[in-house]
Amino acid sequence: MNTTRTTLAILMLTLASATALADEVKVAVAANFTAPMKAIAEAFTQDTGHTTEIAYGSTGKFYAQIKNGAPFQVLLAADDITPAKLDSEGMTVPDSRFTYAIGTLVLWSAKAGFIDDQATVLTSGDFNKLAIANPKLAPYGVAAMETLEKLGLTKIVEPKLVLGENIAQTLQFASTGAAELGFVALSQVIKDGKITEGSGWIVPAEMYQPIRQNAVILSAGKDNAAATALMDYLKGDKSREIILSYGYKI
Amino acid sequence: MPADSIQARFRLDYPEFSLDVDLELPGRGVTALFGHSGSGKTTLLRLIAGLQRVREGYLRVNGEIWQDGQRFLPTHQRPLGYVFQEASLFPHLNARRNLEYGMKRAGNAMSSAALQQAVDLLGIGHLLDRRPHQLSGGERQRVAIARALALNPQLLLMDEPLAALDLKRKQEILPYLERLHDALEIPVLYVSHSPDEVARLADTVVLMEQGRVLASGRVAELFSRLDLSLAQDQDASAILEGVVLSHDDDDALTHLEIPGGRLTVTRLACDIHDPVRVRVHARDVSLALDEPGASSILNILPARILELREIENAQVLIKLCIGTGEKTPLLARITRYSRNRLGLHEGQPVFAQIKAVALMD
Amino acid sequence: MGFSNADLQAIGLTLRLASLVTLILLLIGTPIAWWLARTTSRWKGSVGAVVALPLVLPPSVIGFYLLIAMGPNGPVGQFTQSLGLGILPFTYWGLVVASVFYSMPFVVQPIQNAIEALGERPLEVAATLRAGPWDRFFTVVVPLARPGFLSAAILGFAHTVGEFGVVLMIGGNIPGVTRVVSVQIYDHVEAMEYAQAHWLAGSMVIFSFLVLLTLYTINPNQRRF
Repeated sequence: MNTTRTTLAILMLTLASATALADEVKVAVAANFTAPMKAIAEAFTQDTGHTTEIAYGSTGKFYAQIKNGAPFQVLLAADDITPAKLDSEGMTVPDSRFTYAIGTLVLWSAKAGFIDDQATVLTSGDFNKLAIANPKLAPYGVAAMETLEKLGLTKIVEPKLVLGENIAQTLQFASTGAAELGFVALSQVIKDGKITEGSGWIVPAEMYQPIRQNAVILSAGKDNAAATALMDYLKGDKSREIILSYGYKI
Repeated sequence: MPADSIQARFRLDYPEFSLDVDLELPGRGVTALFGHSGSGKTTLLRLIAGLQRVREGYLRVNGEIWQDGQRFLPTHQRPLGYVFQEASLFPHLNARRNLEYGMKRAGNAMSSAALQQAVDLLGIGHLLDRRPHQLSGGERQRVAIARALALNPQLLLMDEPLAALDLKRKQEILPYLERLHDALEIPVLYVSHSPDEVARLADTVVLMEQGRVLASGRVAELFSRLDLSLAQDQDASAILEGVVLSHDDDDALTHLEIPGGRLTVTRLACDIHDPVRVRVHARDVSLALDEPGASSILNILPARILELREIENAQVLIKLCIGTGEKTPLLARITRYSRNRLGLHEGQPVFAQIKAVALMD
Repeated sequence: MGFSNADLQAIGLTLRLASLVTLILLLIGTPIAWWLARTTSRWKGSVGAVVALPLVLPPSVIGFYLLIAMGPNGPVGQFTQSLGLGILPFTYWGLVVASVFYSMPFVVQPIQNAIEALGERPLEVAATLRAGPWDRFFTVVVPLARPGFLSAAILGFAHTVGEFGVVLMIGGNIPGVTRVVSVQIYDHVEAMEYAQAHWLAGSMVIFSFLVLLTLYTINPNQRRF
């Protein structure tokens, strides 16, 4: 079926470019996926002729907006719960849901050499604040709490926790140095497969539940060829390469 | 220089206004700062109060230096009273509290006596519990004057205290001001642009124009100086000071003695020997070469021409002195035609017929 | 349903924060308003503009720069660290400092307007009645400009209660420390706890209405905000 759709998409694309019938798709994208999405969107437009209009933000806010009639056609959530919830509420195109990326958590500091590969600074407690995404709202926050629990540090670290409303704000706390440590998405601090600034510790995958980031076509995108095309494109090799380069798993 | 005098020297230079005065004012009585608006009289008053400050200033009041090159006594440390043009009572305090505001701060042992005197002088005893908005404009100004007096100041400054009032209110307050004039032993500086107020209230006049002092001197003297704008005004008049000589109750008349002669006016409610001040408008004085015979005019006085000056509208202003001395000047305004017909000239003896006498006190 | 404990904690924190900020603002804002109302200095425009900046700047800008300024490498952060106080972001005092800054115009402007409306005259009158500068301020300016001071206090309080963006950016959402009502509402909405959100949000609407009602009742001519 996938191949059929891809073929169809390519067919439509050929038609579209020939007859200048390219569509525009309105996408809501989780903040942690901002950097890879920019790269993907550019390639997508180049390859298919469809254009995108993208909003980046917190998944929770997008949910509220979609429930209240926001015209998003595709949602790239930071979790798997929100798309499932929208699905069950009949706000999506059935069966369009899939995992486009699995997030990787990293402990990061703006200071070079502050974090070693054992993250001893976390256990030593020698830091002013630890920024995490609000676990009530963001899956990366949940993963951070799970990691602390696994390390047996929850009680000790709790007084030093500051909560970002989303993962972007969490990074902002850490990158301004206001918080010396932050649990953020690897995608935010990685460039070409490496942590380029500051220092970081990539949290081993077994320390937290996988952060499944699911995408879904929303009801508003039902008849939009570009929406379907984007979903397919996300599954393609070019997108995978980009997604992996930002430290996600697939 | 006597200790009880005010010496004021100020210089200020703004692009649109400059002031340059050097004055010595009497340490007693009412001195009017007189001039048109913009002449700098209010500025001078504010400089004396310390409400405005210039670097080049020297001020000495009754032997105490309030400002010189080094010192500048801030307003609240100067023992003065100030009455502003518009009623300036504190709206959040009733009349009594307004009075007490300054008294408390003046910390003067005389306070209660000063307060009672001020309240009596201005007749505001029945107004004390009212709020400013419950008082008429004239009443407000009376309270404001009393408030300044209750400080028991060494110098009273009044900035056109009547200017914001209508004629009726003015008439209501003037008698109180005249009482002040008689009762106060401190110097009063009174800013005004009204010749009538000055004539009634002032002993000394400082005539100001464009930030300079044009002339200063006794009221009677300045009012009759033909070279000054006062005399050239439509309401130009001479001020005569005299004492009550006798009353003629049958005919309801009072006889006054003035230097160089006598005046008869309608019966005054004054005692014999009381000082009085009267104002004689130049337009009410006509001249005759020979003593007129039967006439309804009460006052016909021998006089001598001191000076003549042609003014606008083919009229001539003439300064006379009553009697033979030069003490009591009188002004007359006649037509140029009459002057030529009578061949009037300086030094000539004439008879001045006074049609009306305005009483000031 | 009503308020949860976390909600009540947020409400308590917000009220404490707003009260302290209002007090500080009256103390700091009054001399600034006084100076702005009476100065002829050529700096008047610049100072007035700086004070008014929070009126026009989006909270994201204020929050961003406050975060940088108060962070370990910022000038404020360097200063607080040199005093041995650590840094201000994510602390109650950080919120106090930030709130003082962004609520400043709401306090300064009503006081400034009131003092300007008062004019020079009552102060001159008081000076001629032997009142010194402080005396004049407390016995003349304060009673006569009272509606202005009341407006200032109410607006400063209400605006501090109502601020969200800046708090979010420098607060770090710590329960009992920086999680104020507006942030708590945001959390409820984000977490899709709409019933909880309604309780707090509805209360905010009623509170704000009552504040403005009070303001317009005591000072019917105040329509600037």
